[in-house]
Amino acid sequence: MSTPFYVSPQQAMADRAEYARKGIARGRSLVVLQYADGIVFVGENPSRALHKFSEIYDRIGFAAAGKYNEYENLRIGGVRYADLRGYTYDRDDVTARGLANVYAQTLGTIFSSAAEKPYEVELVVAEVGAGPEGDQIYRLPHDGSIVDEHGSVAVGGNAEQISSFLDQRHRDGMSLAEALKLAVQALSREANGNEREIPAERLEVAVLDRTRPQQRKFKRIVGRQLTRLLDADGAGATPTDAPSDTEEPEGGSTPAAGTPPKDTGTPAKGTGAQADSTDEDPKE
Amino acid sequence: MDFLSDHSPEILPGNRSLPPLQGAVEAPHGTTIVAASFPGGVVLAGDRRATMGNMIAQRDIEKVFPADEYSAVGIAGTAGLAVEMVKLFQLELEHFEKVEGATLSLEGKANRLSTMIRSNLAMAMQGLAVVPLFAGYDVDREKGRIFSYDVTGGRSEERGYAATGSGSVFARGSMKKLYRDDLTEEQTLTLVVQALYDAADDDSATGGPDVARRIYPIVTVITDEGFRRLDDTESSEIARAILERRLEQPDGPRAALL
Repeated sequence: MSTPFYVSPQQAMADRAEYARKGIARGRSLVVLQYADGIVFVGENPSRALHKFSEIYDRIGFAAAGKYNEYENLRIGGVRYADLRGYTYDRDDVTARGLANVYAQTLGTIFSSAAEKPYEVELVVAEVGAGPEGDQIYRLPHDGSIVDEHGSVAVGGNAEQISSFLDQRHRDGMSLAEALKLAVQALSREANGNEREIPAERLEVAVLDRTRPQQRKFKRIVGRQLTRLLDADGAGATPTDAPSDTEEPEGGSTPAAGTPPKDTGTPAKGTGAQADSTDEDPKE
Repeated sequence: MDFLSDHSPEILPGNRSLPPLQGAVEAPHGTTIVAASFPGGVVLAGDRRATMGNMIAQRDIEKVFPADEYSAVGIAGTAGLAVEMVKLFQLELEHFEKVEGATLSLEGKANRLSTMIRSNLAMAMQGLAVVPLFAGYDVDREKGRIFSYDVTGGRSEERGYAATGSGSVFARGSMKKLYRDDLTEEQTLTLVVQALYDAADDDSATGGPDVARRIYPIVTVITDEGFRRLDDTESSEIARAILERRLEQPDGPRAALL
């Protein structure tokens, strides 16, 4: 007869968090940025058919990094939630906040249930408002917490490094071409500081465009339109007065490189995660 | 819809039990819808009247709705049920598109609508029928197509033009004499408004253009550029032009005898 080893809850949760984080870090990163007319989603995705970004409802978009089958499941759940809400009440009653709450509940339950393996996904739910001040971006890490983000957010493998790069350079009221260029620049930086070229056909780009006349604001940017935007003479796409890049490598030197910044607020945090949370303070 | 029937079947239109009743239910009914195709697209239009028995229930009801980017549905029959059916139909097309990442084929949309009408059969037997007309631009075949339905959900594709509702007999007669398959988009717009005028002329439940209140038929066009609804100025121009001609010829344009 065997007695199971005692594992403290702290340790169990830390292990699960570590597992999920590693799974997410294996995937490619993606970024979500606010620009003057809405919100743009940019990611590297070699597949034309398996999307990382998707429409949830009129003004709400969804982005996910991690395991495809797991986030696809969550995405379809989100579409159902939104459509059912909109049909029972009104189209205006479907909000990103409500959807983010549902996702947080689902992810949180799965994360803390011992019977299931935690989902290796990190989600972004974004809603475009009538004006830039009405835009909402929520980041949902694997453990079911919600982080309210402004301006720019990155999830996936290199998220920490990319988001600090973006935080320094992103400003309000960028044009779509500028925001897109900045996003591609951020994505092409590797963990070791090198840069590599991401060709347009490997990029997946979508926007929530508040100026679109249709009720449904989500639109994929593909083919000619994408190359045109990338080639657009975006003078000032990268503000040169941004702080120097020398602070960057610090992210790469920590053992948990590629760990998305975690928010506090979940009791199930290992000590490693608490150290991370200091990085995130200036953002909130 | 499948998801709804699993989780909240009570909010689906077909699943409500009805109390036994004597005589017909008094509920607003929508009347005439007409559609006609032209090379490159299809036009769908409807009058603005809803009747309840011999009363006019509403003068400015809207009975033509976009189903999605490339299709539209016009409804005749019990207005409340029909509007809800359209809402559910729109939802279903959008839901499919978002979940699957691709739109349904026009044929698929038409079949889906057919099933929804059939699920309303019990209500139809009690006098609450919904008989829509479905028109869309088939992106694969690159042409406009029209589907008409009966209360049992029977679906048939119409060639050229179609009408449904109480004034449909007169509208169809009118279009029969005026329709040609080489009409331009503008001519087709005039054709459907002529047909609605003729329907209103002979059917008391169909409303003609109301110049005093500025209520004009709803006219929509679907081409490869998608769905477009004519704004009030455009549809009033067409209606007024027809009205002007009818001051001289009250019965409208005359077809050749032989």
